Amino acid sequence: MKMDIYEPFQQVSMWGDNFKVDGGLNSIASPILMIDTTMENKSEYIPQESREPSGADQETSNKDVNKMLRRLAQNREAARKSRLRKKAYVKQLESSRLKLMQLELEIGKARKQGLYMGTALDAGYIGTSSETINPAIVAFEFEYGQWVEEQQRWNEELRHAFQMQAPDAQLCVLIQSVLNHYSNLFRMKADAAKADVLYLISGVWKASVERIFLWIGGSRPSQLLNDLLLELLPDNTGTFDVNVRIIVPQLEPLTEQQIVRINNIRQSSQQAEDALSQGLEKLQQSLVHDMAVDPLGAGNLRLQMALAMEKFEALEGFVSQADHLRQETLLHMSRALSTQQAARGLLALGEHFNRLRTLCSLWSARPSELP
Amino acid sequence: MFQEKKRMHYQVEAAAAWSYYMRVRSMEEDQMERVARLASQSAVVIFSVSSCCMCHAMKRLFCGMGVNPTVHELDHDPQGKDMETALMRLLGNGSINTNAVVPVVFIGGKLVGSMDRVLAFHIGGTLVPLLKQAGALWL
Repeated sequence: MKMDIYEPFQQVSMWGDNFKVDGGLNSIASPILMIDTTMENKSEYIPQESREPSGADQETSNKDVNKMLRRLAQNREAARKSRLRKKAYVKQLESSRLKLMQLELEIGKARKQGLYMGTALDAGYIGTSSETINPAIVAFEFEYGQWVEEQQRWNEELRHAFQMQAPDAQLCVLIQSVLNHYSNLFRMKADAAKADVLYLISGVWKASVERIFLWIGGSRPSQLLNDLLLELLPDNTGTFDVNVRIIVPQLEPLTEQQIVRINNIRQSSQQAEDALSQGLEKLQQSLVHDMAVDPLGAGNLRLQMALAMEKFEALEGFVSQADHLRQETLLHMSRALSTQQAARGLLALGEHFNRLRTLCSLWSARPSELP
Repeated sequence: MFQEKKRMHYQVEAAAAWSYYMRVRSMEEDQMERVARLASQSAVVIFSVSSCCMCHAMKRLFCGMGVNPTVHELDHDPQGKDMETALMRLLGNGSINTNAVVPVVFIGGKLVGSMDRVLAFHIGGTLVPLLKQAGALWL
């Protein structure tokens, strides 16, 4: 007689139901592999005798035996299919777990570039090693994202002003606004440093590419001056922003006096940077010294740790002086230049950071290697 | 009679309080004077604390410019604490708020201030002329 072929579809739906994931992760819930099930490859023991038709009694008992055998066979088959389906289910769980990890990583990256504003609770600060969430730092991350956006708006204003060949008076107002905007950043950084200087000085709040150039919680002033100057050198052909294709009339060349003054600013900034760096080195050495455990025993670890904590406060002073230096160099540089030159320089500075951030996005969007 | 005693008692107490006040004031003035005296002994004078890292940065800044500053370590001076108080009063609330008073710089006997003032002068281009005027730098 013909054996019933157990239909696989009924069992599949059971696993499928368990596996339904809501919330847009449809790519993960791919259809379960359809398992081809026939009875053909199953070897079964069917005693010869039971097949032979015999007397009426034997026929009924044969029927019973056959029924039982059939049920056993069906059971075996169901169990086999169940095991195979469970394997497939676990495999899909593993792959979706990997996907989740990847997504979390991407969100973390985007957050740190200020491209994604999470809630106050899941803001990127959790990515650091600290156990508790510092609301001042969460606020700083949010404010910094806003600051970057506004910075880009000011850049647009400057670009537009050049396009419209705005008068010097208008450029002056813009220059002052941009300088004020930088002052705001330094104020924000000071508040953040007071809340957690280690967080600020680590630069995790900056885009990853910017962090290459990190010096005491920000950019090196002398380096920024160099970037500014590139825009102002006499052989500047006058084409400015390749993307926007603005042809700006050539800047008047720097006077002898201006060149001397700018070089002095650059040199004195360099000297100040060196001095602060050396002071910081001494701080690092004394920190190591404070943390050194007395190998002979008790050593008053608590006192040593308290001393080390004091050093973190001294760190705040260095961040403060570094930001002060940044502000002074910006200020005096803009004073040494004409209105046109200063506006161009500030625009170049803004563009510089924009380019760094674009580089960042490209870097994090690069295709990951297949395992 | 009782009133007389009381008035005299009060006068004695007032006199004692006043003389104490005058002694304290003169001590402070002594330290102020001492600071001023030390400050005018050399072209560039830095009041420092040996363990302070910002003071180290200040010393490196001047040495890096070719200046040879005179350094007074307050923690090595028996009257260091009083001098620190005197310096704090001289500075007022002008500088960026830090817990430390030091480093404090005098050039040509005149007060320049803490690191932030020195940096502002340096970037502003007025530090070098000041040093030359005081005879701390030649060309």
